[in-house]
Amino acid sequence: MIYKTVIGLEVHVELKTKSKMFCGCSADYFGKKPNAHTCPVCLGLPGALPVPNKTAIDWCIMIGLALNCKIANFSKFDRKNYFYPDLPKGYQISQYDQPFCQKGVIALSNGKKIGITRVHMEEDTAKLTHQGDDSLIDFNRSGVPLVEIVTEPDFETAKEVVEYLKKLQQIVRYLGVSNADMEEGNMRLEPNISLRELKTQNSKLKSELPNYKVEVKNINSFRFVEKAIEYEIKRQTEILNVGKTPVQETRGWNEDKQKTVSQRIKEEANDYRYFPEPDIPPIRLSEFQISNFKSQMPELPDLKLVRFTKNYGLPRYDAEILTREKELSNYFEEAVRAGKTFEVNAKQITNVIINKKIDIENIMPAELIKCIVISKKINILDNKKLSEIINKVINENPKAVNDYKTGKVQAIGFLLGKAKQHFPKGDANQIKIALEMKLK
Amino acid sequence: MKINVPHVAKLANLPLKPEEERKFEKQLSEILNYFEKLKEVDTKNVETTSQVTGLENVTREDKAINSLTQEEALSNTKSQHNGFFKVKAILED
Repeated sequence: MIYKTVIGLEVHVELKTKSKMFCGCSADYFGKKPNAHTCPVCLGLPGALPVPNKTAIDWCIMIGLALNCKIANFSKFDRKNYFYPDLPKGYQISQYDQPFCQKGVIALSNGKKIGITRVHMEEDTAKLTHQGDDSLIDFNRSGVPLVEIVTEPDFETAKEVVEYLKKLQQIVRYLGVSNADMEEGNMRLEPNISLRELKTQNSKLKSELPNYKVEVKNINSFRFVEKAIEYEIKRQTEILNVGKTPVQETRGWNEDKQKTVSQRIKEEANDYRYFPEPDIPPIRLSEFQISNFKSQMPELPDLKLVRFTKNYGLPRYDAEILTREKELSNYFEEAVRAGKTFEVNAKQITNVIINKKIDIENIMPAELIKCIVISKKINILDNKKLSEIINKVINENPKAVNDYKTGKVQAIGFLLGKAKQHFPKGDANQIKIALEMKLK
Repeated sequence: MKINVPHVAKLANLPLKPEEERKFEKQLSEILNYFEKLKEVDTKNVETTSQVTGLENVTREDKAINSLTQEEALSNTKSQHNGFFKVKAILED
């Protein structure tokens, strides 16, 4: 039987705002003393009033725009109800039917377009640590702003998923709104995976989705993404091959066992009874405000890559490396500006940055140019000119040449000295090698 | 209207005895029937809303302010451990 993999993604990105989503507690919780960044709002105490963080909403909209979404003129928050100890209120403030951003699209390198269903704003939960018969709760993370990005089930391979994730990570880092580090948990991924049977190999039954899907959680590194997806494809294929349908459920990636494990216990009451959050008035955005956001968007990686290949005449490969991180791309452009006065061109700068792995935090762009200028003077002698001079030296000093050829190897020092007179700053080693080649 | 009381109780995280389930089924039905009365109102020209204050765009600037101390945060809990709230273990798998 031939199956086609169908994968949709939910990605949570934790914003790096100073304060939490609905209260003024510090959102910087990583490695802090437990329960030291809390207040009545994020502890879920009765009577506390949540007030949304304006910067977090702005950043959510910027992410939506970067993913080519439509921004809602009218939006609201909703309560998602469920019981779990990491959720002190008994509900999470999220967005249900009127999210800030909807219907976006992003293109992969193979030209395939991935539909973005929605981008919405919500709050993070507390952190649970399991210890024997107890679970310990730290509410420092409770209420930290989270942006959830949901895609259409458009992915067909683990490779596409990884490319999309790297792209998303790059975009939010360019926007400067999240560190998007998977290991530290500020970018979390939940793929929904299922397999569709193909009647013939060429049939394209896009509208016909499988009648089940398996959600996989606990994938906290790029390395696990591919492994978890490949494992699920294999597991589901085996079930389908014996004529059964995989159970619709949530599974967790277990790195020790190298497999996904059922987490059905948490899934049981999947009935969230969303309703509008009565404590938070809705958000209305005028067309003027939305176009303002658009004009304030920084240059994003895809466009920068194209500009680098066009304006600087760089190969795509080089431009890709230089634009991978915003800091490096800015460094490169500063170096290009500084290089103009010294006739150091973009390609030379690119080669040095990429091949020498320049430490951009400690070497200023202007310093880099100075280094390139100096190294150019010492090292790179024009081979044609060098060859002419060496011929000249050989012709003018037949005795030394003869001495060398009859075994007095040290005679080369005399010839080298003569040649060096023509290149006072030239690299002696390069001249010596050229000389030896000629004398062979 | 038939109400699945065990399901509702589960969603509300309430353990109910069988006799309580029967009692609540009757009460919940009565409440729903009472709300049916609202259907008598003509709402054809009324815009749906979940807010009555008329307020919009109430937000705060992104400024971090002082939080409760760890001691204050934990002061009302019966069970704590090394600065954490402590609950009975949650089964993960």
